[in-house]
Amino acid sequence: MKNILGRKVGMTSVFTEDGRYVPVTVIEAGPCTVVERRTKEKHGYEAVALGFGAVKKARVTRALAGHFKKQGVEATRFVREFRDDIEGVEVGQTITVSGFEPGDRVDVVGISKGHGFAGGIKRHNFSGGGASHGSMIHRQPGSNGDTNAGRTVKGSRRPGHYGVDRTTHQNLEIVRADTERNLLLVRGPVPGPKNALVVVRKSVKTKKGAQA
Amino acid sequence: MNVIDVLNSEQLKASIPEFRSGDTVKVYSKVVEGGKERVQMFEGVVTVRTGGGSHSAVTVRRVAHGVGVEKTFLLHSPRVEKIEVSKRGIVRRSRLYYLSDKIGKAARIKEKKATK
Repeated sequence: MKNILGRKVGMTSVFTEDGRYVPVTVIEAGPCTVVERRTKEKHGYEAVALGFGAVKKARVTRALAGHFKKQGVEATRFVREFRDDIEGVEVGQTITVSGFEPGDRVDVVGISKGHGFAGGIKRHNFSGGGASHGSMIHRQPGSNGDTNAGRTVKGSRRPGHYGVDRTTHQNLEIVRADTERNLLLVRGPVPGPKNALVVVRKSVKTKKGAQA
Repeated sequence: MNVIDVLNSEQLKASIPEFRSGDTVKVYSKVVEGGKERVQMFEGVVTVRTGGGSHSAVTVRRVAHGVGVEKTFLLHSPRVEKIEVSKRGIVRRSRLYYLSDKIGKAARIKEKKATK
């Protein structure tokens, strides 16, 4: 199964077997336990819930503890559902990075880094004004819209809170899957700060031929 | 040691000869030519050494057929087979960018004679 939960460790670069030097994000992924099997009959859709990470007993709510008990599995810190590529996966099974191979394409979901209240330049890539020569507009957002409308059009890009959004990076290449240390090396950056939970799942938009 | 440091240290080659800017080195690197792999030697003056750990690289300069050629190699890359030092040079800076403005006699580097 090409779905797993993990912890973002950080970035580095590695040499691949064909001699390329590629930037990678290291994800400590799994081992995850399958904590629930959602079925069409009972829940209205097919899915598999994976649990990841150790958790103190006192931190598990009674409701969740009961849920884990009913399934007959250990409580985990994170639980996420997956709907794709779940055939033959059963409750209690352990999912590791062994399902991944170099060259596989995955989507990685994370919560992006928080930037606080950010201006238009950082948040929406506005160009900003001149720095000198008497320019009095430096990082201001500029016009709000035309005066004819008499109001600000909804959805116009303004300064505001930036980051801490669920973000998906699609079609990332798996550079290495280290089954001994439970590591996944994914090419390029992955959303979120270090030590944050990331969801790795089978890519939904891989071009034909890109995946073996 | 954290995971990233371990990953980085695994990539390092066991031994890379000691050399610095101004030295003349031979770099043997694997090149793929027409579907075949062979080892190519590039000899020249070390002009720049950059990076640390697995990222460390060297820029080697030589004048081939009257044209200056600079190549950068990642020292720990599996494509770089070996490096040999052929001459030790005496230079006063760590990055010899000035060499690209000089030609012929002006581009010479004083050689360090073996002591003892």
